[in-house]
Amino acid sequence: MTNEALIAAITGIEAEANTLAGPQFVETTVPLAGFHAFMKKIKEDPALSFDYLICVTGVDRAETLQMVYHLESTTHKHLLVVKVHTADRTTPVVPSVADLWPTSEFHEREAYDLLGISFSNHPDLRRMFLDDNWGYPLRKDYKDDIHIVSR
Amino acid sequence: MAFNIYDFTTFTKSIHDGLSSQLSPTAVLAIEWTIVGLAYLLFVALFGLFLVYAERKVCAAFQQRLGPMRVGPWGLLQTIADFIKLLMKELITPKNADKFLYNLAPFIVIIVSFLVISVIPFAPGLVTFDFDIGIFFVTAVSSVGVIGILLAGWSSNNKYSLIGAMRSGAQIVSYELSVGLSLITMIILAGTMQISGIVEGQRDLWFIFKGHVPAVIAFFVFVIAGTAETNRGPFDLAEAESELTAGFHTEYSGIKFAFFFLAEYINLFIVAAMATTVFLGGWMPLHFGDFEGFNQIMDLIPGLFWFFFKVLAVMFLMMWFKWTFPRLRVDQILNLEWKYLLPINLFNILLMAAVVLFGLHF
Amino acid sequence: MDELKEVMITNDEIRTDEYLINMGPQHPSTHGVLRLLVQLEGEIVHNVQPHIGYIHSGIEKMAESLSYPQLGHLTDRMDYLSAIQNTEAVALCVENALQVEVPERVKYIRTIMAELSRLASHQLWWCVMGMDMGALTTFFYGLRDREDILDIFEETCGARLTLNYNIPGGVMFDIHPNFQRDVKAFIQKFKTKLPEYERLLSGNVIFTERTKGVAYLTKEDAIAWGVTGPTARASGFACDLRKHRPYSAYDKVQFKEILSDVGDTYTRYQVRMAEMWESISIIEQLIDNIPEGDHAVKMKGVVKLPEGEFYQRVETARGEFGVFIVSDGKKNPYRVKFRSPGFSNLFAINHIAKGWKIADLVAIMSTFDLVIPDIDR
Repeated sequence: MTNEALIAAITGIEAEANTLAGPQFVETTVPLAGFHAFMKKIKEDPALSFDYLICVTGVDRAETLQMVYHLESTTHKHLLVVKVHTADRTTPVVPSVADLWPTSEFHEREAYDLLGISFSNHPDLRRMFLDDNWGYPLRKDYKDDIHIVSR
Repeated sequence: MAFNIYDFTTFTKSIHDGLSSQLSPTAVLAIEWTIVGLAYLLFVALFGLFLVYAERKVCAAFQQRLGPMRVGPWGLLQTIADFIKLLMKELITPKNADKFLYNLAPFIVIIVSFLVISVIPFAPGLVTFDFDIGIFFVTAVSSVGVIGILLAGWSSNNKYSLIGAMRSGAQIVSYELSVGLSLITMIILAGTMQISGIVEGQRDLWFIFKGHVPAVIAFFVFVIAGTAETNRGPFDLAEAESELTAGFHTEYSGIKFAFFFLAEYINLFIVAAMATTVFLGGWMPLHFGDFEGFNQIMDLIPGLFWFFFKVLAVMFLMMWFKWTFPRLRVDQILNLEWKYLLPINLFNILLMAAVVLFGLHF
Repeated sequence: MDELKEVMITNDEIRTDEYLINMGPQHPSTHGVLRLLVQLEGEIVHNVQPHIGYIHSGIEKMAESLSYPQLGHLTDRMDYLSAIQNTEAVALCVENALQVEVPERVKYIRTIMAELSRLASHQLWWCVMGMDMGALTTFFYGLRDREDILDIFEETCGARLTLNYNIPGGVMFDIHPNFQRDVKAFIQKFKTKLPEYERLLSGNVIFTERTKGVAYLTKEDAIAWGVTGPTARASGFACDLRKHRPYSAYDKVQFKEILSDVGDTYTRYQVRMAEMWESISIIEQLIDNIPEGDHAVKMKGVVKLPEGEFYQRVETARGEFGVFIVSDGKKNPYRVKFRSPGFSNLFAINHIAKGWKIADLVAIMSTFDLVIPDIDR
C-alpha cells in the first residue's frame, strides 16, 4: 500500500487523526478517546492488518506524555507510527493495547515504570525494573541528586 | 599355579597367625578389624582423590584442555589441595533444615559405599567378606544409598534439593531392577552368587566371552544402569547443574559435601569393579582356552594389576559418555528403563537360560 | 458406606500442590541475573513469570545526556554479543537523520564485521545450549572457534567484546592490513569445524529426543508476541531485516533467509546452525571485494541531529534491534529508546513453556538465546 493510500485508509477509520508521511514512516496522531478502537480497527482491517507491534515508546512532551507505537504489517509489509498524547502529566492514562498485541503488555509495563504512564485495562500493571517507590526517571523533571550529577 | 606368587592369602594368613600366637581371639579380631577398616579408609581416600584427578584429566582431554597443571607436577596435588580446602570450609546448615536428618544423610551415603567395597575381591586373597550370597549383598546394600539422597533432599528444606532427591529416588529405584536382572543373567551362567566363585569360574575364559551374546547385552545394560545408579552424566538428573543448581546436595558445604562427592566416585568405582568382577573376570588374567604360552605370559602380570586395569578401563568408558552426551529428561530416563532396558533384560535372562541349558556357551 | 466415604475424602486430600521456585537471579542456566518465578506441579511447568531489572543500568536515561557519537559505548554494553550490530543501528540512524552517505568501503566493512559478530554470537549460543542440555564439552568447542573471531576483532578494532567500531559517518579505524587474510583463514578453518558441531550435538539421539517436538511456537504467536530473529524464523515468521529491509551491503550479497514452519526447540536450534553457514557465505562474497576508499566521512566536531524522530532497525544475532531517537536539535538526544530483541522474546517464554518440564524450560531459554543486559538495558 502506498503512503497516500495508507493515509486515506487511516483518515477513513479515524477522521480526527492527524496523518502525514514522514521521511521514514507514515505517522499519525490519534485522539485519546478513540485510541483503542482505532488500534483495534487497523489491526483487524484486512487491507491494513498491522499485526506486528515492533516497538512501544513513551516520550515526555513537556505538557503531556506521549506514547509512540511502531507497527508493521507482516502481510502487506507497510509500516505505521501511531502517536497518542495523554490528557495531562499528573494522571496520565492511556488505554492498553495488550489485548490486541500481547507483546505490548511488557512494553507498556516498561513505560509505566520509567515514565509513570498508567494503562487502563492492562492485565498486570507492575513496575518492571525499579522499586515501587522510585520516581519516574525518564520524565524530564526527574531529580536524583545521588545517582545523576548534573553539569 | 603360576599366579600363586601374587596370592595375598599367605600374606593375610601370616598376619592372622602371628597375632593369634600372641593374643586372645577377641583381641585378634579387634586388631584385624581396625587394620581392615583403616586400610579401606586409606584406600577410599587415596583412590577417591585419584579418581577426581583422573576425571578432570579425562574431561580435559575431551575438551581440548590440559586440566589441572599448576599444583604439583601435572597438577597431581590439585585434588589434595581441593580436599584440604573442603575440610577447612565452614559447615553451613540451613535455618529450617531438619538438623538430625540433614547431618545423617551424608553418612548414610558414604557408609553404604564402604559396605559394598568390602565384598569386592581386589586380588587373590585380598577380600574382606566372601559371602555365598555376595551378589545379593551388593544389590541389597547399594540400594540403601538412595535413602541418604532422599534424606538429604528432604531435610535441606530447599525445593531444588527436593526435586533432585525425588528424581534420584525414582531413577535409582527403577535402575536397581536392571542392575539386579543383568547380574542375575550372569549368575545363571556362573551358577553361584558367591563372588569368589564367580571369579574362579572365569579362570579359563571371562564371562563376557563365555556367555557371548547374552553376556554382552547384559554387560551393556549393566554399565548403563550402573551409570544411572551412580547419578552420573548423562543420567545426572539428581544434580542437573543447569536445571537444579546442584540438586540434592545444594545446601551442603565443606566436608559434608565432600562426603557426597567422594561417595559418587566410590560408587563409580563400585560399578566398574562389579562389571569387572562379573563380566571381565575380576583379577583373573586374560586366558584363551588352549593357547598355553599366551596364558602363561598373562599369568605373569599380577592379579591386582589386572583388576585395576579393567576397573580403570570401565571407568574410562563411563567418563567418556559423561563428557560427550547431553543429559536425559526425567520422563525419558524412566522410559528408557521401563520400556527398553527391562524388557531387553527379561528376554536376555531367558536367552541366557537357554544358552546355559543347551550348553551353547564356550 | 461411611468407610468408603472416608476413604474417598482421604484420597481427595492426597493431591499434589503447585509450588513456586525461583530460577535465578543466581542460577547457572539463566546466563545472567534473570529471575524466573516458575510455578510447578512436580516437574511440570504451569507458569513462568520473568522478573527483570537486576542489571538495569538506565541506559536510555544516560543516553539523554550524551552526544550521538557516545551512544555507541552504551549500546555495546547492552547486547554485548551483538555489539557491532547495535552500534551499526545507532550509526545508521544518525547518518540517516543527517542525510550522510557513507563510502561503499564502510558498508562492506560493516557488513563483514556484523556477520563475524553474528558467527561469534551463534558460536557462544551453541556452546551454552549444549551446556544447558548437560553436554559440557560443547562449551569448549564453541569458545575455541570464537576465540579466532575475537582475535580478528582485536586486531582491527582494538577490543574483543565492547568494540564501538561503527561510529556515525563510518567506522572507527580502517581495517588492519592482515584483516582479509585472517578472515579468509578463519572461514577456511571454521568450515571444517562446523560439521564437527553437528556431529557432537545435532545428531545425538538424546539431544534430538529432548528437543524434537518440544515447546512449539506458532507463527501467529511469534508475531503477536513480537518474537524476532532466528527464534521467530523457526516458526515461519519471515522477519530477517537483512533480507526484507536491507541496509549496509546486504543488498549486494546473495543469501537465504532460513525459514521453517515447525517452531519447536529443535528447529530453533537448526535455524541458527543454518544461519552460521549463511553468514560464512556472506563473508565469502564480500571479503575479496572490499572497495578502496575512506573508512569514514568527515563529520562535524559536534554532531547535531535536526529536530524530529528517527527510527532504525537492524538484524542482530537475536532478532530485530531498533533505535528510536527523538531529537530537539541539540547535541544530545531528547529521548532514546532501544527496542531490544531479547526484551520481546523473553516474555513469550511463558506462553510456550506451559505444560513442559523444567528440563525443557532450560532448553527453551537456550534456544531463545537471552542476553540479560540486552533485556534490562
